[in-house]
Amino acid sequence: MNAARKLSCLVLLAVCAAALAANWLAPAGYAKQFRDVPNAPASRQHLLGTDDIGRDRFARVLYGTRISLLLAPAAALVSTALAALVGGLAGYMGGIWLQMARGFTDLFLSLPWLFLLITVRALMPLNVSPLVSVLITFLVLGLLGWAASARVLSTSADAVRNSDFVLQARASGLHGPRLFLIHVLPNLKPVLYAQFWISIPVFILTEANLGILGLGVAEPLPSWGSLLRELEGLISFREQPWRLVPLLLLVVVMTSFQLLLSNEEVTA
Amino acid sequence: MNTNRTGRHTVLWALTCFALLLPLTSVAALSQSGGELRFCLRSEPKTFDPLLVDDDSSLSIRYLTGGVLVRVNRHTQELEPELAESWKLAKDGKQIIFKLRHGVVFSDGSPFSSEDIAFTMQRLMDPALHSSTGDAFRSGNGAVTTKIIAPDQIAVIFPAAITGLDRLFDQVAIMSAHSPKKEAAVLGPFMVAEYKAGSSVLLQRNPNYWKKDSQGRRLPYLDSIRLDIQSNRDVEMLRFKRGEIDLINVIDSDYFDRLAATSPQLAHDAGASLDYDFMWFNQVARAPIPEYKRAWFRDANFRRAISQAINRDDLSRVVFNGHAQPAVGPVSPANKFWFNSKLKAEPYRPDAALQRLQGDGFHLQNGVLFDKSGNAVEFSIVTNAGSKPRERMAVMVQEDLGKLGIKVNVVTLDFPSLIERISQKFNYEAAMLGFRNVDLDPNEQMNIWLSSAENHAWNPQQKSPETAWEAEIDRLMRAQASTAEPTKRKESFDRVQEIVAEQTPMIYLVNQNALSAISSAIEGADPGILSPQTFWNAERLMLSPSTRASR
Repeated sequence: MNAARKLSCLVLLAVCAAALAANWLAPAGYAKQFRDVPNAPASRQHLLGTDDIGRDRFARVLYGTRISLLLAPAAALVSTALAALVGGLAGYMGGIWLQMARGFTDLFLSLPWLFLLITVRALMPLNVSPLVSVLITFLVLGLLGWAASARVLSTSADAVRNSDFVLQARASGLHGPRLFLIHVLPNLKPVLYAQFWISIPVFILTEANLGILGLGVAEPLPSWGSLLRELEGLISFREQPWRLVPLLLLVVVMTSFQLLLSNEEVTA
Repeated sequence: MNTNRTGRHTVLWALTCFALLLPLTSVAALSQSGGELRFCLRSEPKTFDPLLVDDDSSLSIRYLTGGVLVRVNRHTQELEPELAESWKLAKDGKQIIFKLRHGVVFSDGSPFSSEDIAFTMQRLMDPALHSSTGDAFRSGNGAVTTKIIAPDQIAVIFPAAITGLDRLFDQVAIMSAHSPKKEAAVLGPFMVAEYKAGSSVLLQRNPNYWKKDSQGRRLPYLDSIRLDIQSNRDVEMLRFKRGEIDLINVIDSDYFDRLAATSPQLAHDAGASLDYDFMWFNQVARAPIPEYKRAWFRDANFRRAISQAINRDDLSRVVFNGHAQPAVGPVSPANKFWFNSKLKAEPYRPDAALQRLQGDGFHLQNGVLFDKSGNAVEFSIVTNAGSKPRERMAVMVQEDLGKLGIKVNVVTLDFPSLIERISQKFNYEAAMLGFRNVDLDPNEQMNIWLSSAENHAWNPQQKSPETAWEAEIDRLMRAQASTAEPTKRKESFDRVQEIVAEQTPMIYLVNQNALSAISSAIEGADPGILSPQTFWNAERLMLSPSTRASR
């Protein structure tokens, strides 16, 4: 393991530990409103200041990290699994199946998902707890976010299918699911990992955008998405640099995830 | 004797000084005239037809270009003569006679006469036009007719009485009956010279505008106004700070404070506006909500307790940085005539709220409030996504009510879904919205208060009033609408405000202040609370010589 990967591991461990210790590090909690000090600057009482309605930003960052770091990867896992199923199988089967899968993913990508998301929100019951709403949000993201990855995977699987070692395996009498599981899928792993890591920041940012549609994480629960929304309309960072912390955290965590990828996965 | 001589000398000195200063003031005005005022419209104007105006941008253009018979002074809130020198309302409220000003011509030179009023009214009331301005004049079955008494005198006759009839003409821009330029021929201070879709609208000075200043100079002072179409408020503020635009008509409290911190002389807070934010509970009988919740929502005690448990001072201070006032009721204290001054904003009294609820059989158990049947008190508040102040208010209400053991779920929805839920499916429990009051007269609110009205938010389109107090509000609103006597109307509407305070069908939260930004390059600005807040006196605005020279 090289130094960069070791450092990334340490950073991610530290972030995860801080998120898990949120109750202890920020006993005030993420919802408590200190109404006498809204938009307060960073201080000993509020390490990252307070938000528009006086909630401790440090507590919200910690609890938001807990939610986003748990659920964005979970959604990425769902979407990558679906992508592997649709794209990987289609690429492996080739021919008409590949064409059909590509047509289907193209169609899926061209659909106006914004309207579907609005419909999903409109259909949801109103009295759901913030935790249920956040689970639904990320599940929907996972179920809808597979198409772009499936396209990449189908191309890679197609290349693997036509490779010499698969040809040799076929010649040796290996067919069907056994060939897919033993020879094709392991060779798709770098692409799958890459797609998985790429999806995480995409889902975090999509969740932030969904907040505008009302489908994001419900108040008062924080998420990186809702914390990033705080940056809307911020003209000068010089006056309140602590407001950049959620963005910096996102960049650091995503960079760490990327550095964890092996060279093979990166080139994939 | 000496005293008399001294007095005579003083008078002579004063007269001499006045005579010397008079031309100087004219020169000063002359030196400041001309130039191009610039500000932003937040959306594309949907129409340039003054009778079809229905959106803010078109409204601004109509205000700047349209000539009206009478105008509500945005500062004094009094009605003032414009194209009509005088007017007379019939006692039965069905007829108004205008005596027109002489020597007025349209921007293209075509003469102005009572025929133009007749043409405008005929077109305005044409059902095929679907004019929302015209809707305010539809008082009963039958046509609106006009009778030309003389070239400078006309009567407009309505099938039924319309209260506050004269003030409605503030919104009617007179069109020419004969000009080939149609709506491009205007009587206002400016006229549309150029329109670049998606980019800007250029208004130029109307050379034939009838109004003159006290020195006899023809208004407006400005040569032109450029309205840039800019929906992004951050960009609008940046452009204002760079001096590319001269004013922002309405700004949010966040932007206002940022501006006030660096340039306090440019930030203007005109005090409480007519607009309010409010919430209400769903009381519709057929709404798909549990019966026990409907029983809470229909109970005036429950609604009043919720109102008492909301800290309005905190909402004003935290969400609007102090640029809002706790709301009293449907009429803002800024509405000088119609506000019932006996009423006060509901003070924050959580203990009294809990006592009130306990009186109805509610009880606290482990920090959770239960009703007398053992149901935990929980409801959702829906509001429109994207409105930061409203989202913040909803979260603060959530915490306030949490202190009473009430669990509130805040749900932000896109606007169409929200409207569908609150006005068609009635599939919601409580809602929070804002109301933009453009008129001072309570008749503007008829579609809210009548129990049969579509906008009777908490329980619309009732075949007959479901409660005694709603029946009483119906009666009082109709009574005030059927008399032209202002004091009698005020008496009725005061009582409506009192009933609303007692029954709390709507929980009024705050009246936002009218905030604006005006460049120091503008002279003569007098921002007010009525729309358009900053350029209501556009014809008398002037630009500083340095600004004029730089454009």
